[in-house]
Amino acid sequence: MTTLAPDPVAPDPKATDALARRRLLGRLRGRSTGRPIWRQPIAVAALVILGGWLLMALFAPVVAPYDPLAQSPDAYAPPSGTHWFGTDSLGRDVFSRVIHGSRLSIPLALAIVSLALLIGGLLGLVAGYVGRFVDEALMRLTDLVFAFPQIILAMAVTAAFGPSTRNAVLALVIVSWPVYARVIRSAVLTMRGEDYLSAARLLGIGPVRALRRDVLPNSVGPAIVLATLELGNAVLLLSALSFLGLGPRPPAAEWGSMVALGSQDLSMWWVSVFPGLAILTVVMAFNVLGDALRDRIDPRYAKGR
Amino acid sequence: MPPLLEVDSLAVTLPGPTGPLPILHDVSFTVGEGEMVGIAGESGCGKSLTAQTLLGLLPAGAKVTGSARFAGTELLSLDTRRWQKVRGAGIAMVFQDPTAALHPMLTVGRQLTEHMRVHLGLDRRAADRRAVELLDQVRIPDPQRAVRAYPHQFSGGMRQRAAIAIALAARPRLLIADEPTTALDVTVQAGILALLDQLRAETGLAVAFITHDLGVLSALTTRGYVFYAGRVVETGPTGALLTAPRHPYTAALLGARPHGTQAVGTLRPIPGGPPAPGQAPPGCPFQPRCGYAEPSCGTVPPPLSPAGTDRSVACVVRPHLEVAA
Amino acid sequence: MTTTVDDAEPGAVTTTASRPRPRRALLVFLAKRVAITAGLLLGVTIVTFGLVTVVPGDPVTANLSDQALNDPATVAAFREKWGLDQPLYVQYLQYLGNLFRGDLGISQQTGRTVTDDLFQYVPATMELAIPTMVLALLIGTGIGMLAAVRNGRITDQLIRVGALLGLSTPPFWLSLVVLYVFFYQLGLAPSGGRLSTDFSPPPTVTGMYTVDAALAGQWDVAWDAAQHLVLPVLVLTSLTVAMLVRFVRSSMLEVLQQDYIRAAYAKGLPTRVVFRRHLLRAGLVPVITVSGLAFASLLSGTVLVENIFGWPGLGQYAYRSATALDLPAILGVSLFVALVYTLVNLTVDLLYGLIDPRIRLS
Ligand SMILES: Nc1ncnc2c1ncn2[C@@H]1O[C@H](COP(=O)(O)OP(=O)(O)OP(=O)(O)O)[C@@H](O)[C@H]1O
Ligand code: SF4
Ligand SMILES: [Mg+2]
Repeated sequence: MTTLAPDPVAPDPKATDALARRRLLGRLRGRSTGRPIWRQPIAVAALVILGGWLLMALFAPVVAPYDPLAQSPDAYAPPSGTHWFGTDSLGRDVFSRVIHGSRLSIPLALAIVSLALLIGGLLGLVAGYVGRFVDEALMRLTDLVFAFPQIILAMAVTAAFGPSTRNAVLALVIVSWPVYARVIRSAVLTMRGEDYLSAARLLGIGPVRALRRDVLPNSVGPAIVLATLELGNAVLLLSALSFLGLGPRPPAAEWGSMVALGSQDLSMWWVSVFPGLAILTVVMAFNVLGDALRDRIDPRYAKGR
Repeated sequence: MPPLLEVDSLAVTLPGPTGPLPILHDVSFTVGEGEMVGIAGESGCGKSLTAQTLLGLLPAGAKVTGSARFAGTELLSLDTRRWQKVRGAGIAMVFQDPTAALHPMLTVGRQLTEHMRVHLGLDRRAADRRAVELLDQVRIPDPQRAVRAYPHQFSGGMRQRAAIAIALAARPRLLIADEPTTALDVTVQAGILALLDQLRAETGLAVAFITHDLGVLSALTTRGYVFYAGRVVETGPTGALLTAPRHPYTAALLGARPHGTQAVGTLRPIPGGPPAPGQAPPGCPFQPRCGYAEPSCGTVPPPLSPAGTDRSVACVVRPHLEVAA
Repeated sequence: MTTTVDDAEPGAVTTTASRPRPRRALLVFLAKRVAITAGLLLGVTIVTFGLVTVVPGDPVTANLSDQALNDPATVAAFREKWGLDQPLYVQYLQYLGNLFRGDLGISQQTGRTVTDDLFQYVPATMELAIPTMVLALLIGTGIGMLAAVRNGRITDQLIRVGALLGLSTPPFWLSLVVLYVFFYQLGLAPSGGRLSTDFSPPPTVTGMYTVDAALAGQWDVAWDAAQHLVLPVLVLTSLTVAMLVRFVRSSMLEVLQQDYIRAAYAKGLPTRVVFRRHLLRAGLVPVITVSGLAFASLLSGTVLVENIFGWPGLGQYAYRSATALDLPAILGVSLFVALVYTLVNLTVDLLYGLIDPRIRLS
């Protein structure tokens, strides 16, 4: 038989430590970071689509052949040379309305995301920096918001405040700030874990300067990735609210409410198909871009892992 | 009779983020039947990658040239089905980090028996019996109960021994032990080494023992290979390697001067670090850190050439050193 | 990472049998989760109560229909019930008391109690949600795993783009497209509703028509009800699958690069066994934790999808209440959904504790 004695003691902590470090190193060198955005064809396509939509939003009155609100007796005309996307039940030109819809959806999504980022980011910074009770309280608050499916809470909020563009934006900010709070908080915590802040304190650098110097720059990456992905989500949720009649009021050319209008008569497919495609392309572009950015900025998610 | 494993001019290139990364260059070594051979070198010199190549477990996109014959079969051209026959039953491997190499959600018994049943065709009962025997053989207390435990219930040393038992389960002819003792304290290390030596003596198991610590090789291995930056830089009988290193790198690893007149034990760290893959200087890869470097070292990597009985060294300055000795 | 239990005890193997402590650890884990859930639910009631009180203007006018407003007795009863002249915390306690009695108020639209309405609409939604969840978990796991093992290759790329597409598609629009194609153009599916007009609903047992009809042996009714399920379940499943695939893929990729997977190959196990026994087992643990999230996305989906398929479920009820500004109803739905979602997450957590031996036994 063999002559091996049972373990007398636990593994040497130093050896284990060294091993853990090597494992981490191995993981770091084993991964491939994502390619630059401009070398990913699909991300480039997303950028082009978004750029196109931005231009259309800027120059809508020039691009759109008709007034988006102008009614005409020519109702329910199928797509043709005069009306590329046909006309709706009131004889309005669907193409012009889709173009003008970008002037609502894109700026509103930007507004929702910037507000939520501002509020959530600030709260996250405070939670991560102060810690203790404040952190605990804020995190429980985010749990609370997460306890509701977003659209349902947003519906309840708009129903309580009354449907309007402003209240839809407000509702979506209320349901989406916690994500930012969580992400920024964990960025701050990572830094605290890395002793940046305590080192800063030792060096006599005040909390505000430490935040500006170290914490903010290090939170920018995750915040950009999240904000891009959330832009898509905001467009989607906003269109859902207005599809339900809880967003911008008619006759505003909003994509979600345009789809709703078309749902009344299936034979007039063009009334809802085109605004839906508009939502789809914008959201998809934001999502693709967000994914690509994430692969770049947070290599843990890189494709070739 | 040819050796059990014969690796000849093996070169491996892995895909990197910016282009192919050459990792192994012109690696040749042999392991005889029932022989324990040491492979030593600093972290990142390609030891684990060599082991992975011999099991056909390289990451996707890896390019391999050269040859690796195991028991007369060329490994590098095997298809998946044949590989599966070799793995576990022909060549088995003990991974560097036993905690990471054991499945956290399968019992130790399951991990011991599953390949036994595939390779040895044992039924469940027989496999379970053999599992208990194996755990007993690697000195895990109360093996009857240990087979039903999950890896996280073991201590580090026990996990390592369980990993060895798993590697031995399908009666391999060659065991590649990748730093099986790194995470363990010295007493446990000695026990594991003794166990491997005993298995070698009793069953004729061949062992390729990978380590970054040359000292570990001393008593047990017959021959040693010293790796540096993906190349074999020196080889020879272990005793000679340790007492009279010829390559400046081997000597530096031992903290001794080449030709080994000075006592082992005055360990000094080698200044600098090994080059990253693809970053090696044009000539001898050790040149930037070598205290004996000459202008002639900077042109082509020196090939491994014979230097005395059973020994080879990849160093152009070596002949002078020999004269000096 | 895992913790080594018995480093202090040389050589001893700890199993559940040899040590009573792990059981207690599991109990503590359970108790903690339950306590957190209870706290969360209490918080949820504060949110819904907050929404009642923030309503601009007089809550009486906001909550009662015009007809009820003309009846002084109803108005007085409403004020009394909500304690509108009392301080806020008294109002909250009263609200909480009402909730505990299962009293969610009266819906202005239906004129019935919200609780009664929920009893009617929830089973219809469950009839969509259950098959969707089962299908989505099966399909999502399969496709996600396929993408992971084909990492970076064309199959993976296609799956990834497909999943992104699914995530980017407005559910209400997809429902319309599906309806247009399968009902309007191909005539393969009914236009909506739960049952064709030729049939009357089966006697209520579960409230799910397919089940109830089968229980009553009315196979033609069950078949008709099943046909009505197809399109909404198709839409909801594809949305849920899109969400799951991305998660399963990254979870499986994480597992695929673990040493224990390489070790499994190194033992000479066939690929099939490595995938089924080693990869799936480890990769599914985190997937279980997102199935709660998938459920939430499913519930959100029903609001939009039911509306188009004329499916008289919770989603449509929520939509009708929201557009009619029927506050008791919409808050009742929110509360109910939050309750279900929180409980689903609790179950998921407990399941996770039971499945992973590192939690179960340590
Ligand atoms: N998947 C991979 N992709 C790219 N490079 C890799 C990969 N795996 C390993 N390498 C590189 O190959 C080289 C050799 O690695 P290997 O793991 O064989 O080293 P080692 O000698 O076993 O070191 P250690 O003592 O740390 O285990 C290292 O430089 C490493 O960076
Ligand atoms: S070849 Fe030159 S640089 Fe390389 S080890 Fe020998 S002496 Fe040093
Ligand atoms: Mg290694």
